[in-house]
Amino acid sequence: MAVFRLDITGEHCPMTFVKTKLKLSELHEGDILEVLVREGEPLENIPQSAREQGFEVIKIENVGKGNYQISIRK
Amino acid sequence: MENKKTKKLSIICFSGDFDKLVAAFTLATGASSAGNYEVNLFFTFWGLNAVKKNRNRSFTGKGLLAKVFGFLMGGINNVPLSRLNFFGISPKLMTYLMRKRNVATLKDLIEASKMLGVNLYACEMSMVILGLKKEDLIPEIREVLGVAKFLEYSEGGDRIFI
Repeated sequence: MAVFRLDITGEHCPMTFVKTKLKLSELHEGDILEVLVREGEPLENIPQSAREQGFEVIKIENVGKGNYQISIRK
Repeated sequence: MENKKTKKLSIICFSGDFDKLVAAFTLATGASSAGNYEVNLFFTFWGLNAVKKNRNRSFTGKGLLAKVFGFLMGGINNVPLSRLNFFGISPKLMTYLMRKRNVATLKDLIEASKMLGVNLYACEMSMVILGLKKEDLIPEIREVLGVAKFLEYSEGGDRIFI
């Protein structure tokens, strides 16, 4: 099991989803992806989208400055 | 755990306008990545300009008239804004603004569609009119097809015409 990181705080829809999905596709089952997102649209929708695709959202953590870290297990 | 349920979105890309192509590719990439949709893009008529192998103006096509049309229509680098095009300056300004604001450009969205495995198809009838062959289109075009196949592939999903 490995942990990967992805910063999409500078991205907007739909690239927030595109980058997350492409990154997740590179991971092996059991790996964890920590996605750094802005509050608002990405924070609301990235976890939901990950769950819909059958991934597990382990943790959502406020890391300050309006940014959140979403931990997704593949 | 993957692909819990697959939903389907099929978009007919009739327009070759910059802004409408942005809308089509935004929906395509968004549905594929955020919603885990199977996405089909059908390019027909003006929309074929988005998937021509030659990205610039060129005398593509069979026959003189088709070649002239091919030149006038151009490729992805020439797609006009549906309003306020100003002889092709506006799409360039719009792309500049999109880059500046860190929003995906049309080219980014097309590349993302390919990477996400969005299915790209081209309309046979409009290719016949314009004298285009499959080799004139980007290699990612999976198939050249007609209405019957479109209906078959889009069956059971959402269909949008842009």
